[in-house]
Amino acid sequence: MTPETTKAAYVRRGEKDMSGCAIVGVMSEAGRRFPGDIAIRAIGAMHERSNGLGGGFAAYGIYPDRSDQYAFHIMFDHPGAEEATRAYVERHCVIVQDEAIPTRALEVIGPRPILQRYFIDLRPKARERYYGLTEEDIVVRIVMHINCEIEGAFVLSSGKNMGVFKGVGYPEDIGRFFRLDEYEAYSWLAHGRFPTNTTGWWGGAHPFGLLDWAVVHNGEVSSYGINRRYLENYGYHCALHTDTEVIAYLFDLLMRQQSLPLEIAAMAMAAPFWSRIERMGEEARELARTVRIVCGGALLNGPFSIVVGHRGGMIGLNDRTKLRPMVVARHDDLFFIASEEAAVRTVCPTPDHVWHAEGGVPIVGALKEQAVA
Amino acid sequence: MRKWLTQPDFIVERDVARCIGCRVCVRQCANAVHSYDDEDGTILSESDACVGCHRCATLCPTGAIAVKRAPLEFRDNANWTARAIRNVYKQAEGGGVLLAAMGNDQPFPIYWDRMLLNAAQVTNPSIDPLREPMELTTHLGRTPDRVEIEPRPGGGVRLKTRLGPQLKLDIPVMFSAMSYGSISLNASIALARAARAAGTYANTGEGGLHRSIHPYADNMIVQVASGRFGVDADYLNRGAAVEIKIGQGAKPGIGGHLPGEKVDAEVSLTRMIPEGTDALSPAPHHDIYSIEDLKQLVFAIKESTRYEKPVFVKIAAVHNVAAIASGCVHAGADGVVIDGFRGGTGAAPQAIRDHVGIPIELALAAVDTRLREEGIRNHASIIVAGGFRSSADIVKAVAIGADAVYVATAALVAMGCHLCQKCHTGRCNWGIATQDPVLTKRLNPDVAIRRLTNLLRGWSHEIKEMLGGMGINAIESLRGNREHLRGLGLTSGELQALGIKHAGVGA
Repeated sequence: MTPETTKAAYVRRGEKDMSGCAIVGVMSEAGRRFPGDIAIRAIGAMHERSNGLGGGFAAYGIYPDRSDQYAFHIMFDHPGAEEATRAYVERHCVIVQDEAIPTRALEVIGPRPILQRYFIDLRPKARERYYGLTEEDIVVRIVMHINCEIEGAFVLSSGKNMGVFKGVGYPEDIGRFFRLDEYEAYSWLAHGRFPTNTTGWWGGAHPFGLLDWAVVHNGEVSSYGINRRYLENYGYHCALHTDTEVIAYLFDLLMRQQSLPLEIAAMAMAAPFWSRIERMGEEARELARTVRIVCGGALLNGPFSIVVGHRGGMIGLNDRTKLRPMVVARHDDLFFIASEEAAVRTVCPTPDHVWHAEGGVPIVGALKEQAVA
Repeated sequence: MRKWLTQPDFIVERDVARCIGCRVCVRQCANAVHSYDDEDGTILSESDACVGCHRCATLCPTGAIAVKRAPLEFRDNANWTARAIRNVYKQAEGGGVLLAAMGNDQPFPIYWDRMLLNAAQVTNPSIDPLREPMELTTHLGRTPDRVEIEPRPGGGVRLKTRLGPQLKLDIPVMFSAMSYGSISLNASIALARAARAAGTYANTGEGGLHRSIHPYADNMIVQVASGRFGVDADYLNRGAAVEIKIGQGAKPGIGGHLPGEKVDAEVSLTRMIPEGTDALSPAPHHDIYSIEDLKQLVFAIKESTRYEKPVFVKIAAVHNVAAIASGCVHAGADGVVIDGFRGGTGAAPQAIRDHVGIPIELALAAVDTRLREEGIRNHASIIVAGGFRSSADIVKAVAIGADAVYVATAALVAMGCHLCQKCHTGRCNWGIATQDPVLTKRLNPDVAIRRLTNLLRGWSHEIKEMLGGMGINAIESLRGNREHLRGLGLTSGELQALGIKHAGVGA
């Protein structure tokens, strides 16, 4: 690692990270698992939307034999960070399995951090200590601690039966580097990045992961300052200064912590205009009005298209004036979300349906009931 | 020898070649600067009494009158300024408290002028408010920590959360407290009707709610101050919201005094006090000596209004404002109004007006940060007041964390006020801060309403342009979003107090 490509340098710079991007989500709603090759080719079709400074993937269903453990993908700038993290994690968890994330040597991939994955169970002691918190709340605390307090360590993902793979490079190269063609998942997210500054830290790439949430994002959130302060009210610390981070935390807050259904969480993040709310029926109007007034700090302003993965599928969401592209397609059991139609047609030349997502209206791909996972 | 040592503040010059002797100036000046000499048919101007209100110069049909700063200069002295010397003369003559009106006029730093706004470029498109929706709609009132839903019998979900009372504003600007008594009925009516027309609210101050304003009561915030003038159950229930006034930015810790001469029949009826008596508002509320007493009053008012009206608490920006505001929220306030030290007044001791309290910029930043740290920011709205001059000031206040801004001086200026700072004399030539029927009829409410709504419309356009420029299309995405502010020429202590970065520092 060169000094400029460390987490410390990234955090020290303290600048909000801005980037344009390409995004892809592809899943089998039947729960059929398929290799990462499709996601790599789809994101590769949008090569021009990235500039080689970041690419990444999230894959769901890749660890069927370890699906009861939290799979922590962690990157370290140096071996000391690895030791410190391991010592901290072992205070709260039992590490069931610990291994290097397999990679393939590629010339185009520059200096790389240490990439490890851990399959862990929470110790009963940790649950007693944080009584009143759910197991997932405790995992969130552990992740926040590692990311904010342990120098040189960063958790890429922390969900069950899923993982985030990302780094500095073009996404198709990152995909080959992580040998994603050798994994099988029922749902894939991919991201190609065009950052406006030359950040060289691998953790800055997308997707951003927390628990089994993974977010890929194209756009800039002009409400970032207040979204961040709103989340701090609920105990989230935005260590990375990225828009993607606040989006992931907002989903976690609204949907996991506050148990709001997707439509209502989406209504908070991409709220209907007041002029539309006025025209709604009485009950719908009161709901929309209440959500806007109570969750004003969760409104995401500015141009964005995002795909949020979770164990049950994926959600696509555009800003309410639709200032960033998003195409949706279906073919048999396959469901696609992409920045450009070309990405879909590269891997699925004649899809059954192709359409453009509407601004502010969530697009949902969901595992059919009883489908795997 | 003259009986006093003070010299006039202004010199009134008349261009005799232009003057046609129409005597408009003589009739218009309530301070009797201009007089007509019957014997030789000339108009004389006695500068001593001139307050610099420009009434004569504005109405002179031939532009014959000029009002200038008096050229009589003291020898330069950075410590003993002309103001300091004149104040000593005045007190040596009168032996009293020096009175002043309007807001603090001293050259303290104005932080609004040291903060700059952001705009979107390339990575984030700016938004054109003439083509795209741009939302300024603001709600004031207490909100819960989260939205709760419940399953609907027969499938689906429905809303379980019931929001408390909220004020809906079409623009995050309201007209601040100015009592009928301190200002004329025409001015009060104009503010109420303009608030209705612009989709916002005006505040009664401690003047009661005159019956001619009852039709606009849905757009009135009714104030309960230490004198309790005009307060009864009907008053509380007529208003859209109730505001408990603890303090005022122009005179923190000080009560109020409306002289008996201003308490005519109508004022007496509205304030519910005998005609011709002084209306004295004590410094503290005589039933509030602690935060728990405030809580009792908040809930007494909520009980009297069946929990249908938001209750605000107004405090002056003082050193410990963050903790006090937090206490008000814990005491049940649905909104905290913070009045900065540049806030206006109809009359205040000059020493207090100019030296007590802190700037609203710093107070707002401290209160917003404190309420967020305590996780209670959503329990109450923050409304700020005290010297807001323009749409840019308002946008910056929202970015620091205000829900809405109260303006009073700007509204008076829109109606014709020239900031001569003589409200306490009751001889307002513009018909605003007076009860003299000869003067009050000068203010035509229909004209004043048009000017007030024009001002708000102009500001609304400007706020939308600034929001769109930042790539934001709803005001709540700017509220508390200090990333969009940068300080210029501020010390690190000031930047820290404001919670902003210095210009040149990136996102």
